[in-house]
Amino acid sequence: MARHQGRGMASINYPIGMNLGGDPSQALVHANPDGKFTVALSAIDLGQGMKQVSRQIAAETLGVPIEDVYVDTADSDTGPHDMGSFASRGTHRVGNAVIVAAKEARGVLLEAAAEELEVNADDLVTDGKGNIHVRGAASKSITVKAASQAAQFKQGKTIAGRGIFLIPLSNVSPETGEMSPVTAYAHACLVVDLEVCDETGDVKVNKMTSAYELGRALNPKMVEQQLVGGAWMGMSHALYETPEPYYPNPEHGGRDYNEYLMPGPGDIAPHDITVLERPAPDGPFGGKGPGEMCANPVLPAVANAIFNAIGVRIDTLPITPEKILRALKAQGGARPQVRRA
Amino acid sequence: MARMPVQFRLNGSDRAVFVEPAETLLGTIRRGLGDFAPKFGCGQGTCGVCTVLVDGEPRLGCLTLSVTCEGRSIETASGLADGPTLHPLQVAFMEHFAAQCGFCTPGMLMAAKALLDRNPDPTRVEVVEAIAGNICRCTGYEPIINAILAAAQQRGARRA
Repeated sequence: MARHQGRGMASINYPIGMNLGGDPSQALVHANPDGKFTVALSAIDLGQGMKQVSRQIAAETLGVPIEDVYVDTADSDTGPHDMGSFASRGTHRVGNAVIVAAKEARGVLLEAAAEELEVNADDLVTDGKGNIHVRGAASKSITVKAASQAAQFKQGKTIAGRGIFLIPLSNVSPETGEMSPVTAYAHACLVVDLEVCDETGDVKVNKMTSAYELGRALNPKMVEQQLVGGAWMGMSHALYETPEPYYPNPEHGGRDYNEYLMPGPGDIAPHDITVLERPAPDGPFGGKGPGEMCANPVLPAVANAIFNAIGVRIDTLPITPEKILRALKAQGGARPQVRRA
Repeated sequence: MARMPVQFRLNGSDRAVFVEPAETLLGTIRRGLGDFAPKFGCGQGTCGVCTVLVDGEPRLGCLTLSVTCEGRSIETASGLADGPTLHPLQVAFMEHFAAQCGFCTPGMLMAAKALLDRNPDPTRVEVVEAIAGNICRCTGYEPIINAILAAAQQRGARRA
């Protein structure tokens, strides 16, 4: 019996969003009587950070403090239409829609302020702290709250904005199958160091080292959070999660959490992450988003590392101890491959 | 079968409730007493989201019969904060981004509290053991482990 060390690498090129009917997202932004803003979305946030990122984007575009923006998500009865939070599309598609809506709302806000200050709206700027003033003349100012109230109770204006973002559908060439499915791609490279036991087929991941290029990291802590959790999920897909063994028939498959394995807190490996920021030209403030790409490179990197360790190619997932032992048996034992330092 | 009276303390308040003999503590806490912090996940004791403390010990609410809790003291994540002041574990979970969807969080917090109450200065391995029965789908556990270690450190610093 021996435990064989292996190292594997994978690089990926990941499309942000889909090439389906324009892949649209919409956003509605409006000011409330207290001068705070509501962003209505149908995109949902079940932990991906959609709310936080939309809030940052709306506050930055409106020119108001982030505390003054509330994001109302996930009510598809009352919110504007959205394809949804999936396909790594949230930051890019929804963020762009929020920018469009917030720009329109900001325009009305400045018009309302201009009317109160008796100046031209083009000369007004926001300070990001809840005030609007004449460019170069900070004393000639009005609060966002006062401007919002004047609009609603005096001028009869709705400080609101509508936003939609869509990618023109790219048709598939009937000759070559060529198309341009999306406008932004994220990239990643991940190296896995692991060891394989040739007696039990057990795989232990010892270390992950990765670099992710995902446009501008709009919220660096949440990007890190996504990458750490996503890599764990990739490891889980690569080595654990399955309803197998299901032969000789599916009745032998797992039926519940007891039999459906995932790596626990004791199975995780140190993960050294580098985030590279290359702002996307058509991304909201350059953001593309981490999304599903967090998990993807781990799977091929693990498969390559196992080949490096014992010389067998497993091409179905997950790579369970049983598959490793069967492959080793077929090959007549482990054949460790060349390792480069 | 006749319903049975049970009295216990829930987060410091005396509560009395009639329960079915086979009713679980989780069902009593959620439906009977309206504390929705502990979650219902697998219902068979493998995911840990229903973890509550019974006399300071972590217990799976979905596998504990309410009638066995007579006279005991039950703690849930709802009782962690002292008014507007969050528990050090809650603060550490926030600061270390230890929640994404948040479904495992109430169970993780209670498993962590049980650990820190009996072992204020745990090693990383002891933290891992303490939450080994709690499944998290989002975080990859690393931020949760770091948060618990940080909370322990902060509590230690306050005592010193």
